Amino acid sequence: MKELLSGNEAVARGAYESGVKVASAYPGTPSTEILQNLARYEGVYAEWAPNEKVAFEVGIGASMAGVRALVAMKHVGLNVAADPFMTFAYTGVNAGFVLACADDPGMHSSQNEQDNRYFARFAMVPLFEPSDSQEAKDMVGVALQVSEEFDTPSILRLTTRVSHSKGIVRLGKPKESAPGGFLRDRKKFVMIPAYARIRHPMVLERIGKLKDLSDRTALNRIEWGKSSVGIICSGISYQYAKEVIPEASFLKLGMSYPIPERKIRRFASRVRKLLVVEELEPFLEEQILALGIHVEGKKYFPRLDEFSPEIVEEGLYKAKALRPKRVSVSWTVTPQTASLPRPPVMCPGCPHRSFFFALNQAKGLVLSDIGCYTLSVLPPLESIDSCICMGASISTAHGVAKAIERAQTQEKRPVFAVIGDSTFLHSGVTSLMDVAYNKGNVKVVILDNRTTGMTGGQDHPGTGRTLQGEPTRQVDLVKLVESLGIKRVRVVDPYDLETTSQVIKEEVSAQEPSVIITNRPCVMLEKFDPSLVHRVDPELCEGCGMCLRLGCPAIVPGEVIPSKKEGGKVRRKAEIDPTLCRGCTVCEQLCKQGAISMAGA
Amino acid sequence: MATKKRSVKNILIVGVGGQGVILASDILSEVAMTCGLDVKKSEVHGMAQRGGVVSSHVRFGQRVNSPLIPKGQADVLLSFELAEALRWLGFLKPGGKAVVNSQKVVPPIVSTGLASYPQDAEETLKNNVGDAILVNALDLAEELGNPRLVNTILLGMTSRLLELPDSNWKKVVSQRVPKAFKELNLKAFERGRSLV
Repeated sequence: MKELLSGNEAVARGAYESGVKVASAYPGTPSTEILQNLARYEGVYAEWAPNEKVAFEVGIGASMAGVRALVAMKHVGLNVAADPFMTFAYTGVNAGFVLACADDPGMHSSQNEQDNRYFARFAMVPLFEPSDSQEAKDMVGVALQVSEEFDTPSILRLTTRVSHSKGIVRLGKPKESAPGGFLRDRKKFVMIPAYARIRHPMVLERIGKLKDLSDRTALNRIEWGKSSVGIICSGISYQYAKEVIPEASFLKLGMSYPIPERKIRRFASRVRKLLVVEELEPFLEEQILALGIHVEGKKYFPRLDEFSPEIVEEGLYKAKALRPKRVSVSWTVTPQTASLPRPPVMCPGCPHRSFFFALNQAKGLVLSDIGCYTLSVLPPLESIDSCICMGASISTAHGVAKAIERAQTQEKRPVFAVIGDSTFLHSGVTSLMDVAYNKGNVKVVILDNRTTGMTGGQDHPGTGRTLQGEPTRQVDLVKLVESLGIKRVRVVDPYDLETTSQVIKEEVSAQEPSVIITNRPCVMLEKFDPSLVHRVDPELCEGCGMCLRLGCPAIVPGEVIPSKKEGGKVRRKAEIDPTLCRGCTVCEQLCKQGAISMAGA
Repeated sequence: MATKKRSVKNILIVGVGGQGVILASDILSEVAMTCGLDVKKSEVHGMAQRGGVVSSHVRFGQRVNSPLIPKGQADVLLSFELAEALRWLGFLKPGGKAVVNSQKVVPPIVSTGLASYPQDAEETLKNNVGDAILVNALDLAEELGNPRLVNTILLGMTSRLLELPDSNWKKVVSQRVPKAFKELNLKAFERGRSLV
């Protein structure tokens, strides 16, 4: 049986076929679909954890109990999970454990471009890098096997282009596995200093054995071609290089840490020019140079952004591995008018939009977090001043407020922190605890849209539903916030502009921390009701442009209103696209002329 | 250049988040797979869902390496939106075909006066690609009774430019659309085919 699967779908399939029974993750692009797909397989327990550290620890538990485990996250998620990860590298496993970790070169939807291959070297654990969906599926099995054989967690490192590309995958039968029991081995799993000191030398010994494996494994294979150019590569770079210079010799690394020293030496000795083609950091290049082998890489290939066939071609050309193109212009010319900016926007009817519109009137400093609402940094709202990482909004706001207080500057603007419900539960809770405990005066807004919006709407402990679709206990945000010691908690409907503005005003004047919780669900969760669609009465619209200041994609400038004075400003009447409008009524509330109303009314 | 490479067909499908670009590229990829070919397909998720630019690369042939189409090598550019066709023209190989929905999706950044929609986009397109096939698929879809048929009409048009059997197309389209709309989609597919 063959199926067209994305890299992420293939990882899920590979886990299922390899007998993985427990999986945990926090959603994060480009890794999200791994768990969403794994959750559908029979006999697999898959869950959303509130954050990556928790997910990782759940996987450790499953492994200790003798059950194969997979934990998934995006690259920055491993920063959150780094604490258990580094020590799990010491304890090792009982049943196989694989961390599927997806990097995002090019930052399609991430706040940084870190190269997580270094985490493998940091913790001294084996690293596998698939270059397409078939390999993604197969390597899950190998990573688990290596994990068990060498008593180590394994990393399966994906990148956006592998995670989100589809390729043909041959399906296999799920492996019958007989899960072992809980392994009680205190010197292995209880990392008090005395026992950790026993484990560290074992980690060093293990990396030696893994080096041998790297030299032996068929995942690291030489494809002989012309001897003039030898290319060492891993992951998606292999596909680009193979596309552009198929005649070269290749050393393709599927297990890219530890590097296969003997294979590299053999390969290097038989080619005239040795190049490393790798995305992001010179991870392989520097290790090969450290072997005393002359190799070039980042001299020709960028250290930034995602690769593409043309970037690789350009690099090979610079390295004189490829001859210059025969034709100077080999593609259709892109016209100059082609660069229409189309930045991502909050959806029509998004409850965040109206909240930020109201918040802007308070003229505060707004420390933001990561989620759909981070898009409010863009025009026309331009509402937020920072975005660092998941959970950082509340603690940075606290820092800002304390600094202002200490410095006794003339800064009078109120300090806000905005954070989504999923992110608040991910790592905002401890930050809010800090504010309460340390007598801060931050105005925290929890934009509760009942889902993890940015990644496409995943459940979390506040939604009352599990990943596998079961109803469950639901966190009561108001009670949770109160239990942290916050006395002022207000719940508002962000579609109600006047009340929202009033509540913000009241909370700003309070001399203590407070939390405002918005309560409108994400529009993507709601069923579309065409009877709510609004329209603009062209007779009444004066083209003041007030409604356009919301930046709603459904409101577009329409018919031109001729200026009364000569040379006066040209105004245009507003129009509402009925296929986009969700009937949130916010533009209706803003229109002073009363020109906007429900289309059916 | 290797001969292998030449036998690979490259189709770049572009548009705006929410238009159905991904579904269309899924259908095309599956059609190629049912024809026994190697297929790779790649797109960008995430922020693109929120009204941003969406592009999906589909490549099929005896053996496909890169999931991305090298610049200047697309045999067909299928654009769901007028201005998006211009943005991606650089991927089209000289002599490649462009199928373009002339529908405009105006981003809020234009509505708020911070940018402008390309003037004379249709003309620019025709000047750069001599035989660009332009059609307002939204109007046609509404004529057929459902604006959501845009997708299938455009696929029908594209199918005329690719050597993949009609029966495979119809089978995959039938499987991928909601049951209740199967007949309507097949009609839309035929309508698209009749346009090229």
